Order: sequence, then C-alpha cells, then structure tokens
Amino acid sequence: MALLVCKEKCTGCGVCAQTCPFDAIDIVNGTAVIKASCNLCGACIEVCEFEALQMEQIEAPVSDLSTYRGVWIFAEQRGGVLSSVAMELLNEGRKLADRLGVSLSAVLLGHEISAQASILVAHGADRVLFVDDPALKDFNDDAYTAVLADLIRKERPEIVLSGATAIGRSFIPKVAARLGTGLTADCTALDVDPGKRLLLQTRPAWGGNILATILCPSRRPQMATVRHKVFKRADQDERRKGEIERRGLNGISLDLKSQVIRTVEEIENTVNITEADIIVSGGRGVASKENFAVIEDLARALGGAVGASRGAVDAEWISYAHQVGQTGKTVCPKLYIACGISGAVQHLAGMQSSEVIVAVNKDPDAPIFKAATYGIVGDLFEIVPLMTRRLKEMLEGTK
Amino acid sequence: MDYLLTEEQLMIRDLAAQIAREKILPVRAELDEKEEFPWEIVRVMADADLFGLYIPEEYGGMGMNSLENCIAIEQLSRACIAVSVTFAASGLGAYPILIFGNEDQKKKYLPRIAKGQSLAAFGLTEPNAGSDAGGIQTTAVKDGNSYILNGTKQWITNGGEAEIYTIIAMTDKTRGARGASAFILEKGTPGFKFGKKEKKMGIRASATRELIFEDCRIPAENLLSKEGMGFILAMKTLDKTRPGIAAQGVGLAQGAIDEAIAYARTRIQFGKPIISQQAIQHMIADMVTQTEAARALLYAVCKYMDSNPKNISKESAMIKLFATDTAMKVTTDAVQIMGGYGYMRDYPLEKMMRDAKILQIYEGTNQIQRNVIGLELIKEYAGKKEKISV
Amino acid sequence: MNIVVCIKQVPDVSDVRINPETHTLIREGVPSIINPFDMYAIEEGIRLRERFGGKVTVLTMGPPQAEAALRDAVSMGADDAVLLSDRAFAGSDTLATSYTLSMAIRKFGSLDVVICGKQAIDGDTAQVGPEISENLQWGFAAYVRKIEDIADGNLRLERLMDDGYDILNVRLPAVITVVKEINRPRLPSLKGKMQAKKMAIPVWTAEQIGADPERVGLKGSPTKVWKIFTPEFKRKGERIEGEPRAQVDRLISEIRRLGIV
Repeated sequence: MALLVCKEKCTGCGVCAQTCPFDAIDIVNGTAVIKASCNLCGACIEVCEFEALQMEQIEAPVSDLSTYRGVWIFAEQRGGVLSSVAMELLNEGRKLADRLGVSLSAVLLGHEISAQASILVAHGADRVLFVDDPALKDFNDDAYTAVLADLIRKERPEIVLSGATAIGRSFIPKVAARLGTGLTADCTALDVDPGKRLLLQTRPAWGGNILATILCPSRRPQMATVRHKVFKRADQDERRKGEIERRGLNGISLDLKSQVIRTVEEIENTVNITEADIIVSGGRGVASKENFAVIEDLARALGGAVGASRGAVDAEWISYAHQVGQTGKTVCPKLYIACGISGAVQHLAGMQSSEVIVAVNKDPDAPIFKAATYGIVGDLFEIVPLMTRRLKEMLEGTK
Repeated sequence: MDYLLTEEQLMIRDLAAQIAREKILPVRAELDEKEEFPWEIVRVMADADLFGLYIPEEYGGMGMNSLENCIAIEQLSRACIAVSVTFAASGLGAYPILIFGNEDQKKKYLPRIAKGQSLAAFGLTEPNAGSDAGGIQTTAVKDGNSYILNGTKQWITNGGEAEIYTIIAMTDKTRGARGASAFILEKGTPGFKFGKKEKKMGIRASATRELIFEDCRIPAENLLSKEGMGFILAMKTLDKTRPGIAAQGVGLAQGAIDEAIAYARTRIQFGKPIISQQAIQHMIADMVTQTEAARALLYAVCKYMDSNPKNISKESAMIKLFATDTAMKVTTDAVQIMGGYGYMRDYPLEKMMRDAKILQIYEGTNQIQRNVIGLELIKEYAGKKEKISV
Repeated sequence: MNIVVCIKQVPDVSDVRINPETHTLIREGVPSIINPFDMYAIEEGIRLRERFGGKVTVLTMGPPQAEAALRDAVSMGADDAVLLSDRAFAGSDTLATSYTLSMAIRKFGSLDVVICGKQAIDGDTAQVGPEISENLQWGFAAYVRKIEDIADGNLRLERLMDDGYDILNVRLPAVITVVKEINRPRLPSLKGKMQAKKMAIPVWTAEQIGADPERVGLKGSPTKVWKIFTPEFKRKGERIEGEPRAQVDRLISEIRRLGIV
C-alpha cells in the first residue's frame, strides 16, 4: 500500500501536513509530498477537502489464510498456579470466538498440573492443550517459544492472545518472530470484524497520548498481548464441559540457551498494587520522601495499597514497584485516590479503568480532574490527613 | 544574547549547564544545610573532563583557556557558587604551577589536577595579612635540601579536602616585598595540619580551613620558580583567576534572576501577577541589564587575557569588581521581589543572597580592586600625551 | 567483549500535546531525544566494557537525523556508531525493524552481547529486543536489572519478574533488554562530545546489510495501523466544594454509599 497525492487536486493548503501525527508530509512548491516516515494511518485522507489524497492498494501475496481457525489464549502459570490474566483472556477470548463462530482453546505449559487445566475449562475454554514435561515446569524463554510456536504451526489458530506479563512480554515476541507474523503488545481493547475475520487490536502509543487500532491482515495467527486487569475475569462455572488434551514434547527440540538458577520472590502487601481494591497514590505534589507517610497513612486506614506517579518514583521518594502508569503498572481498583498527581496521559493510561477515581490537587486546572469521579481542589496535606483522621474516628465509632 | 561562541565553547557551556541542572540543583539546599563538601559533584565534574579545561594537553588537560574555564564556572554558578568555588579554587591552586612551575613540577602535579583526581588550593591569606598580603608571617627556612615551614594560613578554600597546595611564605624578611617565595605542598606531609572547618554566612558547602605548619619539612625542589618571586607569582596568579570569580558573579546573578522572574510570573496579588507591576519590571530590567553588561565585559576580558597581553591587572580587577557588586545587588533585589518567600529557607533565594557576599571579599576585596584600577590608570595616563589617543 | 547497543531516536513524548480540534499530535517544537530506556542500555554497555574490556558500538535504524542520537551515545563513551538508514526501511513495524537490526548485527562479525532498552516511549511495544534474539537464535533475557558476572561462556544476571526476580545463566552470545534499576546513566564528557563531533558515522543501506526486500519496511510489516484517535477520559466529574472538613465528610459519605468502604 502507498499514500498517493493527486497533484491536480492538491492545492497545497497544508491541512494534511498539520494533521499528520508522524510529521510525514511536507508542502513543496505548493504540493503535498509524502515522506518516508508515512505510516499509512490515513488521518490526512480524512481531512483533505479536495480529496487529493488516497491509499493505493498494492496486492500483496497472501497465502490461504482461511485455513487458520480458532481463538487461542496462552494460560500462564507460575509455580504451578494459573495467573489471573489467563481467566481475563478467557473472558475476552470467549467473546471473540463466539463472534467468529470458532472454538476457544487454552494452551497450558507446565508439569503435572492437570487440575489447572480443569480450571481453564471451568472458565470457558472449549479445549485445553496441556503440554506436560519437566522442562516446562518453570518458565524458560527458549522452551516455551519452541513449544508454543510448534503447536501454532501444527494447529493453525487464527488468533493467539497472551498476557502482557513479564513472561508474556519476554517470549511471545519470540514466537511471533519465529512464525513471521504480527504481534500487537499491551492492547487495551480487542474487537473482531467477522466478515474479514480480522482482529482489531487497540493499544496506546506515544506515552498514552494516542490510541491506535492495529490490524494484521495478511499473516496468521494474529497475535496480541493484553495487560493484567484490562479485562474482567471470566466467571467460573464447574458445569462447563471441555476437552483437555494432555501431551508430551513429542520430540520438539528445545535448544535451551538459558537456565534459571534461582527464583526470588519479593511480594509485600503494600506493594502488590495490581491486586488491590483500594489504592491511594501520591505524585509530585507530595514533595518529599518523608511526606509519603501521609499517603501511606490514608492507604492503611482504608486497607488499601500505595501507588505513585512516575514523577514521584523518578524523584526517588518511593520505589518503582509502586509506579502506576504507561511505564509502570496498570491497575483497576474499586477506588483510586490520586493525591498531588497532575494527571498526565501516561499516568491515566495506568489507572483510568478504576471504578471510582478521586482527585485531590491544588491546581484547579490539573487534567486529573477531567478523569475523576470526584474532585477536591485543595491542599493534599490538609485534605488527606483529615480523611485519615475521619476514617479512623468512624472505625472507632463503629466498634 | 548570542556571544557567537565557538562549537567547543558551546559544548562546554551545555555540559556545565547540564551538570548544574541535573546534579547540583537537586542537592544544593541540602549541601548548604549540612555544610557538606560536594564530593559526588566533584566526581561528576572530573568525569566530564572539566577540571583540566585550562591545562595544556601535554599535562592531561583540554588545552583551552580562560574563556572556556569561565563559561564552565558561570553555568555551574547558576545552580550554586559553593560548588563552583570548589571548582574554581582548584584552578587557583593549580595556576602557580602552570605559570611558574618547571617541567618536573608540571609533570608531577598537573595531570592529577587535570583529571580531577586531586583538588588543589592556594594559601596566601593569614590572620594578620588579608588585603595587606605583604604582611604575611609564615616562614620558609632553607635547611640543606629542604625548606622548613612555620606559620598559619587562614580561610583557605578547599583546605583539608585538597591534596595539592601552593603556599606563599617568607624566605627573607629583610627584603620586604622581594622576600616571599612560593612552594608546593601535599596533604599528609608531616608538620602540615588543618584547623577547624569555618562556619560561614554563605558558600557553606565549600570547605574553608586554617592551614597550620609546624616545622613542616618540604624538599627544596618544591620551590616554585626562584626565591623572592613569591608575591609576583601570587599577583600574576590572581590576575588570571579573578575572571573566574567574576564568572561566579555572573552565573549567580543569572540564577537569581531566573528564580525571581519565574516567581513574579506566577505570584498573583491584587488580581494579577506581580510581574505586571511597573515597580517589579523596573527592578528586573535593571538586574538583567547589569548582569548582561557583566557577562559581556567578562567574555571580553577573557578573550583579551587569552591573547596574552603584557599586563591585565586593570581589566582583571575591573571585571571582578563589577560582576561581584552586580551579583550582590541582583541577589538582594531578587529576594525583595520574592518578598516573604524570598526570606524563607525553603526557597533558594536567601541562600543566593548569603552566598553573594563573599564574592565582594575574597580574591582581593572590591576596595583593593578599586585601588588596583586606580593605580593602573595613573600609570596608563602618565604615558598618554594627547587626548583621544588610541 | 564486543558489544552492540541498539538505540532509537524518539520525540520527547512527555512534551507532546494533542491538537484539540484535529485530535492529532502537535509535533512542532518537540525535541528529539535518545529513548530514555536506551540510556540505561548504553550505560550498561560502557560498564561492561570497563569491567571486561572490549568495544561498544551503538546502532540505530532511522532517518538521517537519528545520527544525532548516535553522537550523543558516543559522547557518553561508546566507541563507535552505525546508522541504518534507507527509504526501504520506512513504515517498519517491530518484525521488520528487528529483522533489519539483526541483519546489521550479523555484519559486525563476532559479537558477545546485544543490549536494548526495555521499550521505546513512542511505540511502547517492547518487542524488538526479543524478536532480534529470535532472528539471531541467540540466548535471551528480558528486563535485566543486574549483570552479576560473565563466566564459562555464560552471562549470569537478574531478570525482573512480576513478583520478584530470577537469577539466570544465559549462554553467550546473548541479547538482553534492560530496565531502569540496572544503573544510573552517566553524563557525557567533554572529550566524549568532541570525539562524537569528529566521528565519521557510516550509513548502512538495505543492500549493504543484504536485507531481503520482502522483509523490510512496509512489505515486511505484518501489522498495519488502521486508525489513530485520542483517548477520551469521560467521568461524572463532580467537584466537591466547601471547607476541607466538609469536603472530606462528603467524600467519605459518597464512598460509603457506593459500598467501597
């Protein structure tokens, strides 16, 4: 495909150049010229009053994609226990599979964890492909890549979804590269075009400033990763029936190039913000490491976790494990209280799906107020301790 | 204003500004509060190759000159002059070796200073000899292959932290001004001790200590140049380094201006930002004009100095005088613009005003500078026969 | 050790604003910087060289102005730089980009480590690092937060996981992506800046790296951008007014009413 300028129609008005998000159009001698950085997004075509821009379709060789059928999800497990993201993927995967009229399968790699396979069926998998081998007990880039790629080559699913977790982001790109297919990471929304059997993959880019919908029209499978808590978990229904196919490596060559020597867990209650139902978050407005105690006190009073904006983490007032946002964690608690956080798009990208968002900020024009359910313009050093005190009083009162 | 600096000068300016912004600014208040020597920042400046700007390449330096050195000092000073004086004073200790040292001395000491491995310091002032430098009483007595030093130096910047010291001592009291000599001395030499660290009004992160010599024996080859050259060496050194102090003044004034204007734009009183008040605009206009004038004179003096004229005492004194008086006035006015907030320790301006004072005092008080200028002018005009001669 | 660090020149997205009418990015005046995560990669490469000896080369695929990013990396202490630039590379997605970078990496001859930053702040995909390792069939570790040692042809390192970290032995040659925790990038030095200014930086084209034209640029990119739009954050947006005491009371009563507390 290429973007073409019809020189007769182009007036050199420059609206396309201004609109282009990739700075790919120059006006030279009164005519639009498309530069190498053009990404074919088509934003310019929409704004051209003179219809001087159009997409030229170049026929690309397409092998018979229609033989690829089925929606797969990669069911991640750690220490023999399924990660919650697997159930979230089953929920979304079910919707996609139903609209495409195909089955939903879960791929489980591990050793002696058949019970986990049953859990996947209870959450909606029509079929579980369980590859059972000691070599797959713990995550290994090379082993998991080899096995999943081999399964996909043999079974030919049209869509493969995976969690954008440390494991997913490590080996799923390798699978995509091995298969020579497209992968879209960190999707925040998925949809299908059942007629064309296309997966519409929507994800943030430019630090969360824009959303892009990506397609993978001419390769299969269409692969996407999704962050934890972007989708809700599927319901568990023990009455659901599904096939569990347990198999071995069957001669797949693993070619292991790395080996885990030791695993170290570092979970603290206040740190595991991705699981928390209530999060109190501090930003640049907190002004110092010592002042974060104010945030921690409120979190404790509410029984919640402590979060932070990138600004607070960069200033070294709190550790990176608490960072919420585009380059931190995605959270979706019932209640998110943002204190002294301006509400840059990158931060919102990490917490905007919270049920109730409360913003406390001195600046009445802070963008966070546009995203908040309740906003208080005020000094967080007044409001937050007051909240903590009132909550404690109430808890005393009810005892 | 664009001074049409060369690409290399711009590189130095940008690098020093980056260090000021990323490394000095975040910690300046804490360093001042704790009176803590900025060793981490010294390491950053050393890694950036700044310590050797004015030292020739053959001794491990960058082979540049006063203008480049002053550009670096100016940018560092925008963040904190306690840090920039640590940097500049090392130059003050190194210049005597650079100008008057023999090949062996230069090879021995300059590379360490150029790499920022060892800081240097300069010891002239004594309890009874400040402006009257001729009144120093520290003695250096020849004894075989050594000299034995006895006496005290006062208020030495980098004292105790530096490893290399250039000291002026009397070798022959009977010869008056021709009776002093200069020596190189290393920390750790037996008989060389340090007094307590001084508690100062400003530049509190800079280390200021007494140097104490008690029968301190140093090898004869540590004598710089010849006996009797001490005061000449000191004067020539100070001529060279005064622009560095001026650069501190220009940078400090600029830092104060930037803070004051930022404040004046956001401080709303009577329904509008105070910068819309003429009174504030007039103050800022004067502050900026004087600072720009100081900067322009500084760069001009540096360029002139780097062309190696015979005598630069007058110009050197002029820029030290003008830039430091400007810094004091600008920082005081900046505090005034910031009002109550300017007085509070939570904000950077009160420190800038406290810091500024020393600039008018050290490296020759501004009164001495005026003396120097006056005397130079007398000599200069004595030689002129016509009016409007070029 | 022969080390290649892959970097990307990106617009400073924290500076980027959206035009409220056209919903597109306002790019004027947005400075170009080295992708912040790549700074940690460059620093780690230099530290490895300081520890084990060898050479650090920075590599980037981009338009001609990406050269400035390479020079910045040299001013930090990288020894050499190569710019991969060709019209044929335009429109590359991560698959095409990683293929192109891999072909260039092959051209370097014997290498020990390729280091990438965790993700680029414009694309945010974090895919290029792992895809390069797949192309080269080298050992791989993502999200490295510490390199402990090199012994017996292996890199021993700490890899960040969601709930802690793993200690891994990865066979050399290896590709790694690094996270911020790994180091603190140094400032450039004056000597570095001068060397960077003088350095002749070769430009490699698709032909020079022997790239298959079907696998680079638009042709080699299975994913296509179909649509771009601005996210909308719409909420009920009630401002709670009044004295702090009243505001807090109202807020607490609301969250109690909603059953959260």
